[in-house]
Amino acid sequence: MKVKVRYFASLRDKIGRSDEQVSFDGASATVSDLWTKVSNIPASDSILVAVNMEYTNMNHKLKDGDEVAFFPPVTGG
Amino acid sequence: MKVKILKDAMDPYKEVSDYEREALPPGKHGGVVLFVGTMRDFNDGNDVRAMSLDHYPGMTEKHIEKVMQEAHDRWDIMDSYVVHRVGDMVPTDPIVLVAVWSAHRRDSFDACRYIINYLKESAPFWKCEVTKAGVKHWVEHNSEDPGVAKRIAK
Repeated sequence: MKVKVRYFASLRDKIGRSDEQVSFDGASATVSDLWTKVSNIPASDSILVAVNMEYTNMNHKLKDGDEVAFFPPVTGG
Repeated sequence: MKVKILKDAMDPYKEVSDYEREALPPGKHGGVVLFVGTMRDFNDGNDVRAMSLDHYPGMTEKHIEKVMQEAHDRWDIMDSYVVHRVGDMVPTDPIVLVAVWSAHRRDSFDACRYIINYLKESAPFWKCEVTKAGVKHWVEHNSEDPGVAKRIAK
């Protein structure tokens, strides 16, 4: 299974990448599994996640081809 | 109903009059309520010289449209138009425009407040400020309700 991962704002700076492709050997993985694979930052309320541009949480089960985005709380408007 | 993300400077009042002329039938609405957010030269006690706004293309538009649709479902409004800046800006630059047309003022006042409040809570934009001392930093949260981001993803 392969997913596209994107990082925004301060998380992009901390991780040092804006996007990447990540592959998993098994057929199932959660957002939490992905976060552990791509980062050594502990998961917290100040890290938001979206899968295919919809807000979700760390327990979300990923599918092949998903676009996953990690970012800090939003500050627009 | 329309959302526009702009990389260049905007004139919110021209945006409103142009949109009204193009999209609204003349003589049917009783008024338009506007919220225009502009960039301050201070934030959290710091003097701010410049700012850059980052966004998530695609998701940003989708979430603003979702909030606008909620407002259309909830109040009796005729049309709405949101324009949001991204990229580099300086103090006094307009950042966001929310315009809502309705037959009666109560609906457009309430819907406009709803759209700007939920846009600030959920639309993926991030401010990066440069202080007068030249220090660049990401703004941590919108000061009015710092706890709200935690609630979105639950």
